[in-house]
Order: sequence, then structure tokens, then C-alpha cells
Amino acid sequence: MIGLPIAQLQIQKPGGADDCVSSNGFCPEWIAENIDRYWTPLLEHVYLTVAPVAIGFAISLALAIMAHRRRWLTGPVIAISGIFFAIPSVAAFFLLQPLTGLGYTTAMVALVSYTLLIIFRNITDGLRNVPAETRDAALGQGLTERQVLYRVEFPMAVPEIMAGLRIATSTTVGLAALAVFAGAGGLGAEILVDKRFKSNVVVAGGLAVLLAAAFDLMILGAQRAMTPWRRSRA
Amino acid sequence: MTSTYRKILVALAALCLMFGLAACGDDEADSGSTGDAATEDGGKAITKDPANASKGTIAVGSKNFTEQFILGEIYAQTLEAQGFKVRRRLNLGSEQVAYKALKSGSIDMYPEYTGTALTSFFKVKTADVPKDADEAYEQAKAEYAKNNITALERTPFQNTFIIASTKATADKADNPKTVTDLFANNPDLSISGFPECRQREDCLLGLRSEYGFKGKFVSSDGKFSDLDGGQSDLTLAFSTDPQLALTDKYAAYEDDKKFFPPYNITLGIRNDTAEKIGQEAVDKLVAVQENMDEEAMRELNRRVELEKQEPKAVAAAFLKEEGFTE
Amino acid sequence: MIAPGLAFLGDFGEAIKFIFQERESVSGGVQIGGIPELAGFTATHMYVSLAALAIAAVLAIPLALWLGHLGRGDFIATATSNVGRAVPSLALLAFFISFVGLGYTNVIAVLVLLAIPPLITNTYVGVRQVDRDTVDAARGQGLTGMEIVRKIELPLALPSIFAGMRTSAVNVVATATIAPLANVQTLGEPIITPQTYGFVGQLGASILVAVITLLVDFLFARLQRAVTPEGVKLARPAKARRRFSFPTKRSPKQA
Repeated sequence: MIGLPIAQLQIQKPGGADDCVSSNGFCPEWIAENIDRYWTPLLEHVYLTVAPVAIGFAISLALAIMAHRRRWLTGPVIAISGIFFAIPSVAAFFLLQPLTGLGYTTAMVALVSYTLLIIFRNITDGLRNVPAETRDAALGQGLTERQVLYRVEFPMAVPEIMAGLRIATSTTVGLAALAVFAGAGGLGAEILVDKRFKSNVVVAGGLAVLLAAAFDLMILGAQRAMTPWRRSRA
Repeated sequence: MTSTYRKILVALAALCLMFGLAACGDDEADSGSTGDAATEDGGKAITKDPANASKGTIAVGSKNFTEQFILGEIYAQTLEAQGFKVRRRLNLGSEQVAYKALKSGSIDMYPEYTGTALTSFFKVKTADVPKDADEAYEQAKAEYAKNNITALERTPFQNTFIIASTKATADKADNPKTVTDLFANNPDLSISGFPECRQREDCLLGLRSEYGFKGKFVSSDGKFSDLDGGQSDLTLAFSTDPQLALTDKYAAYEDDKKFFPPYNITLGIRNDTAEKIGQEAVDKLVAVQENMDEEAMRELNRRVELEKQEPKAVAAAFLKEEGFTE
Repeated sequence: MIAPGLAFLGDFGEAIKFIFQERESVSGGVQIGGIPELAGFTATHMYVSLAALAIAAVLAIPLALWLGHLGRGDFIATATSNVGRAVPSLALLAFFISFVGLGYTNVIAVLVLLAIPPLITNTYVGVRQVDRDTVDAARGQGLTGMEIVRKIELPLALPSIFAGMRTSAVNVVATATIAPLANVQTLGEPIITPQTYGFVGQLGASILVAVITLLVDFLFARLQRAVTPEGVKLARPAKARRRFSFPTKRSPKQA
């Protein structure tokens, strides 16, 4: 050791530390002090939820519009998206790695693939559940098929589509917690940083649940706003 | 349905409030340094050299546990204090991943244990690893050099495996001092270790063959949490674990057969990176770790693991307390 | 384009070899991989999954049948479905690890909790969809509540119940992959110990997990088809399906 170190590392006597934390209790004080370490993971988690659902919605919408005209497409699309749906996310995160490497791309591709079945099926069901009389009335008024689709069928299918979005979003929040296995971040990564520390697990897990609830309410709110004629029904 | 959602909204609002308050508040952990760092240390303080900023971004890596995070941060901040642009790639994962990243150039340096390097990268059998810390370091250094990597001087501390248990378990076993005695007289004790340990010769498999361990293996990285929760009787702790200082709670056993190889830290740095950053920067990287003995490392680990501070803050405090930075 | 393409096949080829052939571990000194070891992992995987599914079925289905019969479980059905969807499996497992501990009981408890929501929801909805007229007729004929459930509502709700079992089964088998975090060595073990098994091992285990889950999904889909009488397939009213905001056929996955 060269020279006499005047400045030195302060060694604290063990046992002097915060008792709640070192005995692994549930520590509200620690949580309040350290809550901002969860900020970045939370934002990452939001990204890992919103982006896949948005992309999944775009793809499903395109597929649903195609399948609306050509009914025979529905079966194959549901079958294929069903296969994606059944493959566990952890497995998918690894199966994709030879192709897309370790990181957010892999997580995105997998998460998008899970939303397809739910959203696609809900859009198609919503469109098909429009009563035939309504369609006929619209056609009778001189609207083209396309106009009927966009001005009548889609608006009437909004509840069903929104339901699909809500389910897809909640599911994706849950699956995004596993994105750590794909090399992405998120609240799941934060859980694994210290999966024995009770406060950490409760906060990270709790934030995920609250996030899902928040998204759920937002989409429900959007649905109510978009369908004023339905407000009288629960 | 609405009332549940209302409750959830209230909880969300409370959480937003907490986030807001935390953002405004001051959460600097007060560790209280000793005194003036400036005057007596003559040359210890790191100065910023503006020329370093243009030397490109240096990628500092680390593996994925507390000690590695701390060390990675210390090295990264040492470089930053000199004005280098640093990209952190901490949490790389296992040593295989880290070494691959180092060889390929994805990272420029990361801290590795001499014993791990020898057994994992250079295919030395556990039993053949030199028991002397310096010999092990020299051998690792020579092997690293063949791969165009410089292994900087080893740290004073080593972080080898130590078998530990609760004091209660030790008392029940009549307080054996060595691992041999422990296993010989108490064959039913279970031991917990990180999942990889189950299939490693320098871990569980070696314990079974060399020490005649007959008990159950619990695959978990809970270490002392496992002991506290009764999930296992013994655990494979690290010698720099802060809990080992709590001698009224836990007991450790001597590795009398010297089964575990030496595990000193050596910062492996790519030769081209070493040239790029210059000898002075390399010397600084060695200087900051000069006083890192077991006690110091245990203290740093304690701050992260028991006080739950962030490794980045702990590293910054370390550099400050040791007088390297302001 | 060709090089990454071949490399891609290479990894998968190696992974398949890993499944069938033993090889030395990455850290050296021990043989890993091959059918015997993977069969062991698979057996553990299926054991915890089946146990959890069975327990969840015994707990959830009778309860939901009765609630559906009474017509009183609307809130519970939607609430469990909402909460069940929102809780990430990893968070639940970590919660149990930190608060309860490690081991089989712990893991099975977590899996049971994850399996219950789809079972409750689908069973409940299945019973609610039974034509009220049929039930009233039966009541008029003097059948007791229990008999109505057993002889009329249960058989007619079977397709929905099996749809719920299908979802739960897939969720459970998928989540069992992360059980090694709690000292239960399922097929997830190679995935969380790459130093021993390497990326090839992780990939091989992932392939196995995917294949097994797909098989389970297929099996339950078949079972569901088998218990759906032709008439019911055609006549299911769309009205009941729309009242609840979740699809009865497939509830969201957990892992």
C-alpha cells in the first residue's frame, strides 16, 4: 500500500444500519426514499406495453379488414396467431434470439405476436355482431360497402374492439415483466435485481398491477367517450 | 365494478403524489466522510483532462451481482473523473457472456476474478489452480495476454466461497471450525447455492467429491435469506458478504482443504483500449483499488445489500471518501 | 443475408442436438443435455402443472358452477378476470419467494392462483349462457338446485369450462418455466443457468417448452371440441357473450 491514506472509507459498525431493511421486512420508509429508482423501469415497462399493443392493433386491424371481405382468411389468421399465443413468452424470447439478438427488438416481436389473436378476434367479432338490419338500412340509404364498414360497422364494433384492447394491454403488462429474459428492461428486471427483498418485490410488482389498472381505465374512458350512445347501458 | 376502480384510482393518485414528493426531496444517503481529502494525499485526487473526451467512448462492463456493479461503477466513474466518455454495460450476465463481450470489443474492460478466469476461460481444472493469490494472478495474466487483453494488478481482497450458517445451526453442530468437521459430523445438512453451482466442479460437484458432502442442494441465490427463512441449513456465501461481519447471527467455516481457488479481482482491459486511454488512466484504474481489502469491499457491499443504496451512489461515495474525487 | 440465415439454422440445429445428445457443460467437467436429463426436467414441469391445474379445478369449478346457478357472481367473475390478467406471473412468484420461501408447495400455490381466474370466469359464463327456459322447465319438473346444476347446467357449460381449462393449462405450463427461481427444476433450469447449459441449452429448453405448451393447447382444444354437442355449437346465443367484456373462448395468457 503506497502512502498513508488520510481519506478513508468509512466503515460502519454492523447492526447500525436501517433495521427494517436489513431484516427484510416491508419498509415504507425505504420505499418512500427510494421510489425514484423505479421510475426508469416503469417507463420502460410502459414502452414495452404501449408499443406492442399499438403495433399489434395496427396489424390486427389490417388483417381484420382483409378478412371482413374474404371470410376464409379468418380461420388461418386465428390458427396462426393462436400458435403465437400459445408459445410461452420466455420460450419465445429465446427462440427469437438467433434472429433478432438480445434486446428490445426480440421483446417487441414476441409481445406483438401475443396481442394479435386477442385483438384480431375481437375486431372481427365486433364487426360481425353488427345486426344485419343495420347494415341493410345503411346500404339502403345508398352507402357503399366501404362507407358502411367505416361509418357504421366500425363505430358499432367499438365496445368489442376496446374490450380486446383492454385485454391485450393487461396481458402485455404481465408479459412485459418477463422481457428481462429477452434482454430488455422493465419492472421485471427490477424485480430480479433483488427478488428476496420484500419491499422491492411489492413495489415493482405493485406498480405493474397499477399500470395495468391504469391502462384499463384509460381505454374504458376512451370507449365511453367514443360511444356516447351507449352511456345509458352499464 | 366502479367502486373497485375508484379505489384503484385513489391508490394511483397516492403513488403519483409519492413520486412527486420523492422527485422534489433530497435522498442523498449520509455516510459522513472523515475529513479533508485535498491536502495530504498528494496526487491522489483525479483531475479532469479535457483531451480525454475526444478519445472515444469507453465501454465498461460488469457481471450481474452487487460486487460487480459496484466495481464497474468505480472504474467507470474513475474514467469519467478524468474526462473520458464512458458507456456502462453493467449487468452483462455470466462470465462467459462478459468475456465474449470483452474479446469482441463490445466492452473495453470488465473486472474478473482470477480463479474464475482460470477455470472458466482457460480450462484449468479446479484442483490445478494455484492456491497462492499472486501465482493465480500471474497465470491468469499470462493467459489473458495471449488474447490481447491486459489483466491489471489484482485487488488486495479476494472474494472466494465461504460456507456459512446461522449461529443457531453452528451451536447445534457443536461449533465445528472447519468444513471437513462440519460435513463429517452432520451429513444431513442442506446447502443453498446459486443455480449454476449445481453442475459445477468448482462448486457443488467438487464439494461432493472432495469434501464428501452428502446433503441436499437448494438451488437459490438467496444466501443469507435462505438461512434466515429456514430454506437451507448452510449456504455458499462470498467472503465479501457484509452479513459475515454479524458474528452473533452467522457462523462461517474454514476451507481447510483449500478447495476453493483464489478469487482476486483483476480488471481485464483490451490492449488497444489501454493504448487509447493512455498509461496515466490505466494507473489511476489500479490506484483506486489499492486499498480494497476484504473489509472495505464488505462495507461497500453492505451499503448496497443491507442499506439498499444504489451501486452508483456507493461507488461515488467510495471515490470521495478515499480522496480520489471531490 | 445467407450467413445469418445459416447461423440461425445452426443455432437451432445445435439446440435440437442438445435435446437428444449429451455434451459437456460450458463451464466444463460435467455432462449435460440429452434425453434422460431433459426428461427429468419435463417430468417435474408436468408434475407441478398438472397438480396445480387439478387443485385449481377442484377449487374454482364447483364454486363458479354454484355462483352461476344462482346468478350472483357477476362481480366476482369480472373482478377475478381483471385482477388475474393484471398480475404478472414473475411478480407473483417473486412475492411468494420472498414472503413464503422456496420449493414445490410454493410453486404449486403460485400456479394454482394463476390457474383459478380463467376457470372461474369461463365456468361462470358457461353456466349463465345456459338457456333460462330449459332451467325453468327443469325446475318445474321438480328438480332440486343441485340436480339442475349436475344434470343440466354442468353438461351444457362443459365447452366453456374446457375453454377455461385450456387457457389455465397453457398459462400454468408456461409459468412453470420460471419455477427454477424457487428451487424447482423444471424445463426452465437450462434457461436460467446459461453458464452450465450455454445459449444452445437455453434454446433447446425453449424449443421443448414451446412444443409441450402447444401440445397441451392442442389437447385441450380437442377435449373442448369433444364435449361440445353439435346443437350447442350452432345455437349459442351471441347476447350473453356480449354482456361480459371478455371473450369466453380464450382468456389472456400469463407467461
